[in-house]
Amino acid sequence: MKTTQYLIAGFGGQGILFAGKFLAYKGLIDGANVSWLPSYGPEMRGGTASCSVIISDIPVGSPIVSKPDVLIAMNLPSLDRYEDSVVPGGTIYVDSTLIDRKVKRADVNVFYIPATQMASDNNIPTLANMIIMGKVLKENGEFDDKEAVDAALKKVISARHIDMLETNLSAMILGKNYKEN
Amino acid sequence: MADKVLMKGNEAIAEAAIIAGCRHYFGYPITPQTEIAAYMAKRMPKIGGVFLQAESEIAAINMVYGVSSTGKRVMTSSSSPGISLKGEGLSYLAGADLPALVINVQRGGPGLGGIQPSQSDYFQATKGGAHGDFHMIVLAPASVQEMAELTVKGFELADKYRMTSMILADGTMGQMMEPVSLDIPVEKSIEKPWAVTGTKMQRKHNIINSLFLKPEILEKTNYDRYQRYETIKQNEVRYEDYLMEDAEICIVAFGIAARVSKNAINEARKKGIKAGMIRPITLWPFPEKQIAKAAEKAKTFISVELSMGQMIEDIKLAVNGKADVTLCNRTGGMIPSPEQVLAAIEAAAEKGGNN
Repeated sequence: MKTTQYLIAGFGGQGILFAGKFLAYKGLIDGANVSWLPSYGPEMRGGTASCSVIISDIPVGSPIVSKPDVLIAMNLPSLDRYEDSVVPGGTIYVDSTLIDRKVKRADVNVFYIPATQMASDNNIPTLANMIIMGKVLKENGEFDDKEAVDAALKKVISARHIDMLETNLSAMILGKNYKEN
Repeated sequence: MADKVLMKGNEAIAEAAIIAGCRHYFGYPITPQTEIAAYMAKRMPKIGGVFLQAESEIAAINMVYGVSSTGKRVMTSSSSPGISLKGEGLSYLAGADLPALVINVQRGGPGLGGIQPSQSDYFQATKGGAHGDFHMIVLAPASVQEMAELTVKGFELADKYRMTSMILADGTMGQMMEPVSLDIPVEKSIEKPWAVTGTKMQRKHNIINSLFLKPEILEKTNYDRYQRYETIKQNEVRYEDYLMEDAEICIVAFGIAARVSKNAINEARKKGIKAGMIRPITLWPFPEKQIAKAAEKAKTFISVELSMGQMIEDIKLAVNGKADVTLCNRTGGMIPSPEQVLAAIEAAAEKGGNN
């Protein structure tokens, strides 16, 4: 029995909800029970955006993630706000371009990825979210099944923007191959 | 799960309405249900249906009255303050015995309140919704799948009993995405001999009206309507039992509160506390018999609500003094945490109840 609760948080416009949707679809394709719950309302419009994603072997109870197993923090206010809520032994992914401090907790796994800088260097400035997703999937051991990754991407990228599929995939591979110094 | 798609609850309602044969939607935008209108705006023109953004909620509900008079399946949707504006129309629909589906994706109140999830329109939905002697069938989904299925069911029940069905959801249910299967059976062939469809000189004309100036006649229409309500109470109660076989502590919760409570019950069970849940799916008719029966065994009932405690009154009526009834709540757009519900269960277990 396995349930993973993700909390993804950052600025509005960083693709927080999109990244969450990708994770949820990936779970659905893998045959899991999933839920996706966005923050909605004024904070979406320029302030902080967050999104709860649950992937589970059993039917999902509450869709609200208050104690994440995995926190993906894409800006400093998000790390400040949610760091303490992560379960002991959980994992925090940090966009280290935008967050200039280290995680204070000693009882969690932490990955620092300069995702915003990498996105900008590779001329895909809007895809820092998917660079981090690539790292998350690699750490989950989920990148081995590339077909499922492709299929999940196809589900979240609307038909109108299907030409962005390869770009998203390349962003994810950047994240997958990133090695911390 | 290949046939399942991820959809927001609001979108699932809109698509399910189309599946149910609804080709007329009238609404006015309000958070957190605007995706319903947005979805209808995209889909309706492609299938020969009507999407109309009315000048106000009041206009929209009166357009619903008009279309329903012709026997067509018709829907409007809003959120708490907008539903209050529709009140007059809801009463007129009841007075004219017209079927309709009305969606309320609740937000915190009173007044303009906030935009975060709430269940504080329970009284309004289950006790009538506006002036006069009447009820609506009130359906409370607790998943995106149920948002879709109860939308279809809502149309069927509305047609069958000639009254308004209301989906009483909340901001969480509207905004969350879950896998949903839209392969939902639909009963479309409900005869409507009362509809105004043109007599073609073949029959007496039908009249749709809610004005009865002779009190003897108005009284009789009310008695007739309440007789129908009795049939509904007999036949249409829906609920879910969760771990109730041996439950000593019975949570009663609907919608998002039921989802949160399930987590808490699972934790309580791990600690050896015999907790279970009755989740009303119909809030009117309320599963009063099922709760009364559970009160023969359970020592404490806990009403978990996103309000100051509204459904708790119906639980107390059903329990009828046989067990303790307590409240575990948040309000104003806040949601109880599983930990809060677990604490309420543990407190009840410690106290032991009066059974």
